[in-house]
Amino acid sequence: MLAKRIIPCLDVRDGKVVKGVNFQGIKEVGDPVACAYEYNKQGADEIVFYDITASHEGRGVMLDVVRETAKKVFVPLTVGGGITTVDDIRETLRAGADKVSVNSQAVKNPQLIKDGADIFGSQCICVGIDAKKIADKKWTVFINGGRIDMQIDLIDWVKKIEQLGAGEICLNSIDTDGVRGGFDLEMLKSVVDAVKIPVIASGGAGKLEHFAEAFLKTDCSAALAASLFHFKELTVGEVKDDCRSKGILIR
Amino acid sequence: MIAIIDYGAGNIFSVKNALDFLGVENKLTKDKEEIINADGIILPGVGAYPWAMKMLNESGLVDTIKEQSHKKPFLGICLGMQLLFEKGFEFEECDGLGLIKGEVRYMDEPDLIIPHMGWNELEFNMECPLTQGLSDNTYVYFVHSYKAVCDSENVVAYSTYGGKVPALVSDGKTVFGAQFHPEKSGDAGLTILKNFAQLCKEGK
Repeated sequence: MLAKRIIPCLDVRDGKVVKGVNFQGIKEVGDPVACAYEYNKQGADEIVFYDITASHEGRGVMLDVVRETAKKVFVPLTVGGGITTVDDIRETLRAGADKVSVNSQAVKNPQLIKDGADIFGSQCICVGIDAKKIADKKWTVFINGGRIDMQIDLIDWVKKIEQLGAGEICLNSIDTDGVRGGFDLEMLKSVVDAVKIPVIASGGAGKLEHFAEAFLKTDCSAALAASLFHFKELTVGEVKDDCRSKGILIR
Repeated sequence: MIAIIDYGAGNIFSVKNALDFLGVENKLTKDKEEIINADGIILPGVGAYPWAMKMLNESGLVDTIKEQSHKKPFLGICLGMQLLFEKGFEFEECDGLGLIKGEVRYMDEPDLIIPHMGWNELEFNMECPLTQGLSDNTYVYFVHSYKAVCDSENVVAYSTYGGKVPALVSDGKTVFGAQFHPEKSGDAGLTILKNFAQLCKEGK
């Protein structure tokens, strides 16, 4: 049977892993290739690099990071951030990524999802979404790191991206992100029920039990976290052991 | 030397990276002579079935592949595995390489999350040189929406997703196919590639 995935995410700026606190006081926490290698050893099922570099030069550095990682880490690698064109997707995949994650750009230009899926296959197009609750069982899609409300209904959006050929959704809740009180189970459940493609839970993991909780209470396929793993509060191995002990199928 | 056939499909560098890491001599190539002179062949593949067959046909390599696949170890990966069968039905009916009897069909089961994406367990159906050294609960990484429909005698290992999914297939001789990505399946995947390289070396 298919195992649930635990995915550590590395935020990378100018080739260094960073962790931002509300976009201020960004701390450098290390070399992304070394971090990815360490996560791989801990049993990570996939590794996500999220490029928060704005500059064009930064992109080249990011691709070098992917290239180096792909030489010694043999689990799937996803790269998100700054991907705006089909050429960006091609370059990123050629550097050794298995998937790209598109977020704001997909909202501004949904055709990017379709073009990417048609050329490279749905399996490598993950659509990242930042969403926030606006009313009971109603959420809207935000872009630019959660700053701009696009006033697009979340459920309409996920159905649309599935139709366009997205292979996976990485769903981040603005309401729970950084709060560390657990994943946004209500939103997660609504999205999982609306589509047939796999959904990754993101935003809100603050302790060990939160991962198992997401798998036991929703049919999400994977759970992602960044700072918990960065700051070594938890290892991927500990999270997997906890899930396993609760009867969840884990590699 | 193992020839990795470069016909314009997907992320072929991952396969190369994994072989490099294992210290196995390899080359990305679309050159007939190089394929003929290689000790083994890997046919990678990501993308759609008809498109990949079209690319293979245009490369002029189909006859070489068919002929060489019976002379030395040959491994198809993911779409490359699906191409080993007689027919695919992705978007349209399309002839495959026909090296193993069977077809490739959409995984059409109600309530199944598609694509089948992630780590799934191998359930061994028979012994095979490629699975030497793997433990009973070995997980490997899959990403696909279509699956092989073939005789059990060609299936080395299944995985369960909806129904039984042929994960590792073989013609019982030189042709092997992995529906999963050994190059993305951690240590288990590296073991399979190492076994394949060993087979290539022995056949030399």
